[in-house]
Amino acid sequence: MSRRPEVLESEFARRRDEALDMLSSRIPFVRFLGMRFELKGDEITSVLPFREILLGNPDPPALHGGATAAFMEVTALIELSWVFACDRGDAIPAERESTRLPKTIGFTADYLRPGDPKRSYARANVVRSGRRFATVRVEAWQDQRSRLFAQATGHFLMPQ
Amino acid sequence: MDRQRMESKSDRARRFLETIPLCREMGMRIDELDAGAAVVSLPYDERLIGDPETGVLHGGAVSTLLDTCAGAAVISHPQVPDIAATLDFRIEYMRAASPGQSISARAECYNVTRNIAFVRATASDESGTGPVAAATGIFTLLARRTNSR
Repeated sequence: MSRRPEVLESEFARRRDEALDMLSSRIPFVRFLGMRFELKGDEITSVLPFREILLGNPDPPALHGGATAAFMEVTALIELSWVFACDRGDAIPAERESTRLPKTIGFTADYLRPGDPKRSYARANVVRSGRRFATVRVEAWQDQRSRLFAQATGHFLMPQ
Repeated sequence: MDRQRMESKSDRARRFLETIPLCREMGMRIDELDAGAAVVSLPYDERLIGDPETGVLHGGAVSTLLDTCAGAAVISHPQVPDIAATLDFRIEYMRAASPGQSISARAECYNVTRNIAFVRATASDESGTGPVAAATGIFTLLARRTNSR
């Protein structure tokens, strides 16, 4: 007896979510920052819940510039790995153990306003993806998607 | 500016840096701090690994160290008021840091205007084979306010 399409679809979505989890949970630094990832269709949103250890200035409280940069760099790396695996034709990207992460060559962060002690979100967009190099843009915000508190551009060396 | 005042400025900067939650959590240590120049080190820590197969620290950990060190150089500068916030930070990763080794960052605040400070920084591990990363930063200078947004 064949299973209903709804069941198959939700199973597929669950496996994709798990694959994204597996890709990110391999990186200890992601756990250190406390980052999570949410997948909607093919869009990954990174979430950084606020914790006191992320502060760079206790009074007035503001996120550490390094934490913000690290949050955006991880977002770029995860997006790039995911897109790379999708382009390779994997139905469930990154389900293979062997998925290797790209390496950051250069990363430039612009700080547009202070990071408040609140939950932060980021999305990355692969601007160009070649065989050796890729360029990724990242935007980070808190309450309002249209009010970015930081943005970044990174150049990456793709796993060979 | 007399010597005594410069020292107290560095001491103040050192005390301020020791209160930064992220730096304490990562175990960063200020090794040198003197009028626009800073050396800050980060001990190897498995929680900060970026590549579990090699044990290499994540680039984000290195950039946090460089940002901190650059910020320390800025706020220890005699012409800088209390607070500096990062406006623009560019980092280049030259090679992976050797697993198991601490990383030391050295920053120099080489120019200060009324509103802006310019910094260069490099990070090296203990292998003595050249820097693992380099950075340039632009910081905005702010006087301490009670309700700074």
